[in-house]
Amino acid sequence: MTPTLARLPPRLARRLNAVTLLWTLVMPLGCAAALPIEHWETSTGARVYFIASHDLPMLDVSVDFPAGSGRDTHDTNGLAGLTQRLMRLGADSMSEDDVARQVADVGANLAGTFDLDRAGYALRTLSSEPEQRQALAVLARVVQAPSFPATVLEREKARVIAGLKESDTKPDSIAARAFMELVFRDHPYALRGAGEPATVAKLTRDDLVAFYRAHYTADRAVVALVGDVTHERAAQIAEELTRGLPRASVVPQRLPPVTPLTTAVEREIEHPSAQAHILIGQPGLARNDPDYFPLWVGNYVLGGGGFSSRLSEEVRQKRGLSYSVYSYFLPYQRPGPFQIGLQTRGDQAREALAVVRDVLREFVASGPTERELEGAKQNIIGGFALRIDTNRKLQDYVRVIGFYDLPLDYLDTFTAKVDAVTVDQIREAFRRRIQPDLMVTVMVGAKAVR
Amino acid sequence: MSRIARVSVTLIVSLWYGTSLHAQVQEHALGNGMKILVKEDHRAPVVTSMVWYRAGSMDEVNGSTGVAHVLEHMMFKGTKEVAPGEFSRIIARAGGRENAFTTKDSTVYHEQLHKSQLSLALRLEADRMANLLLSEEQFAREIKVVMEERRLRTDDQPKALLYEVFMATAYQVHPYRTPVVGWMTDLESMRVEDARDWHRRWYAPNNATLVVVGDVSAAEVFAEAERQFGAIAARPLPPRKPQSEPAQRGVKRLGVKIPADQPYLVMGWHAPSLRDVDQDWEPYALEMLAAVLAGSDAARLEHEVVRAARVAIAAGASYDGINRGPALVRVEATPAPGKTVQELEQALRDQIRGIVEQGVSEEELRRVKAQVRAGLIFDLDSMFSQARQIGALDNAGLPFDSLDLLARKLTEVTAVQVQAVARKYLVDDNLTLAVLDPQPMAGRKPAPPPAEHIR
Repeated sequence: MTPTLARLPPRLARRLNAVTLLWTLVMPLGCAAALPIEHWETSTGARVYFIASHDLPMLDVSVDFPAGSGRDTHDTNGLAGLTQRLMRLGADSMSEDDVARQVADVGANLAGTFDLDRAGYALRTLSSEPEQRQALAVLARVVQAPSFPATVLEREKARVIAGLKESDTKPDSIAARAFMELVFRDHPYALRGAGEPATVAKLTRDDLVAFYRAHYTADRAVVALVGDVTHERAAQIAEELTRGLPRASVVPQRLPPVTPLTTAVEREIEHPSAQAHILIGQPGLARNDPDYFPLWVGNYVLGGGGFSSRLSEEVRQKRGLSYSVYSYFLPYQRPGPFQIGLQTRGDQAREALAVVRDVLREFVASGPTERELEGAKQNIIGGFALRIDTNRKLQDYVRVIGFYDLPLDYLDTFTAKVDAVTVDQIREAFRRRIQPDLMVTVMVGAKAVR
Repeated sequence: MSRIARVSVTLIVSLWYGTSLHAQVQEHALGNGMKILVKEDHRAPVVTSMVWYRAGSMDEVNGSTGVAHVLEHMMFKGTKEVAPGEFSRIIARAGGRENAFTTKDSTVYHEQLHKSQLSLALRLEADRMANLLLSEEQFAREIKVVMEERRLRTDDQPKALLYEVFMATAYQVHPYRTPVVGWMTDLESMRVEDARDWHRRWYAPNNATLVVVGDVSAAEVFAEAERQFGAIAARPLPPRKPQSEPAQRGVKRLGVKIPADQPYLVMGWHAPSLRDVDQDWEPYALEMLAAVLAGSDAARLEHEVVRAARVAIAAGASYDGINRGPALVRVEATPAPGKTVQELEQALRDQIRGIVEQGVSEEELRRVKAQVRAGLIFDLDSMFSQARQIGALDNAGLPFDSLDLLARKLTEVTAVQVQAVARKYLVDDNLTLAVLDPQPMAGRKPAPPPAEHIR
């Protein structure tokens, strides 16, 4: 029997092979079949994205909303997170235990998603009956009819606050919190997603209900399905997951813009940890950013490419200063953080910081070499098949494509866009977007930081 | 980014809710004793390759703990053919991902690639099995990285620090008592010769298994493995001493003072590991016991202790039965604000007594079995996790193709059996109980810099 690439249509599978070998064969990019993401809207205006994959008898379904921590304010910090957290802890007539049992009884997994922009739920279930139907019925109730029981709310507030207090004793969390505050200042991206003990303590059931009604609306909902169902069934599922949602949202679709830093900031926070945690960065890159590919590919060379990156080479390989050192852009609706991070024994912190600053300055001034860029492309293009080789990874992409309104052919044009990036484009984009002299620097550790 | 020191305790959860269709794993032995296991999976044009060495921290001796993991780092630091760091660069340029991890039982090197690049990965793995250089200069730098890793993952992590002391107490004789990453004092005094000795002793083809899962033909993989690894000579392996843990003679309780915000409680009972997949029944019952306690949000600890009684803000349970060494059943939890560790311990003990005295319900068992069955399918989504499951079974001395059987055995466990193993093993004479006693942060002194003789 001929092996079948059942995950993807044969044409695409063949194309993946071609694309993967591009750099050795110098073949032109074909204009073969598009990755078949089907897209439509439900009767209530929710956007649906679907990839049929009949290889395994399972189904992944997610429903996401623009209801992440970016929707919080300074005074209500934690509201978005708590709302999302409580949705599975009581819906309609179902108690939190009913929800948990009915999901577990069919072997399904229900997982929350929450970040600066997005909040939602993802369900993984067998596609067989009665499993599929029972699991989806729970998801439908959780998303459309959360009841926010007051007694559960009090308990969850106590759990969240305990978690926040614990975070405030950990050097990595302390550093991350200070970093986001300094990079984003009065923008809601500065808020930590889980809130602050004082603001969480004040939240009421009414706050959660109002937040849910304002932000979990059908017109903003994004349903993503990957798995073993027909188009007709997918349409029916999407309908059942969204027709009872609050209707039109009146809150602005867009978050306020992020303003650039105007001055460098350095903050040292004393902590008795063995290591100093160092974070350096600025506002970075938005999802729909015109500079997305030059910055993203360039960052592979700077600090995104694992053991092959410049930061890893200089900080870890050559000097043994840190176990982990990296740089990344976290793209959101508005520019998320560009961040460099490492941890090192306290008395080495200054040395490591100097090395990182030199690497960054040099990279922004000169960009990558042709050889480095070639290596980045070889990895990204040659490894493209690894980015979509599971239903889980595929669904993660589809969720992002849907939520940020990226082109449906995003994955199909991905390698061509990477391949088109030049050294000049990277250097130019980094020079324009990243200012080594206007960085936020946070160091959390012992006094030895000095 | 990581060369990962992974404590293997929770592996069994992913393992036993594991994958299916493992009857299709094909085996081939090279003349030098190296074992090749291939599972064809044609869902995507990619391949996962793993080389499993049957040498982990349990094979170390006092004074050089951590050497298995240090050698894992050094395996990326050059051979006669491949310059230091080049291994990673070559794989990256081939579009691949690579890394490695060390457990108590094994050291594993893995690559994920487009299927056309498998031979490259095998060639590089064979090269570093046979020709690792281990220069003093590279070692001096990398040992510093490993010490930073220890600071990051253990010294500055209250729960990890507690867990380290807990294991060193629960085991008196068996080498599971030492941490995979090694004691800091041993890292400070380690020499490149220790790493060389380790490589010479254990990195022989007859102590290695290659696991390949992907869009490949098994016959072609066998042939390629023959080409790449076939010429490496087998070597006699050092004797492995059993170092069996004697029966515990009474409860061990300890408090560990660590600067932290919250207390934490770990309880662990000695239990048997799976040795005979057909004849054993207790390990399957212990796995179901752990799942009834903490297999999902509907399980007892979350339902009773966290949600209803509100004594804990988080609670978990696990059993790690797929091991070269002995196993533990563990229950651990963080008390809710306003609750004492004593109240928490009592609540957890009440849960255990409930199972010992009343057993578990058919409904609970059915629920856990549904998860086992669904997990069989879900785990097929990832070639990497399939390779990991196959390799872990083989490393533990179990049949590499027994995942379906394990799942079936789990679904045959009865309520009577779950109660029986709870009654037999979850007894105080068999218990180690460790409490993290949080200290004010100000009281903590920075760790001293390592001794001067580190180069």
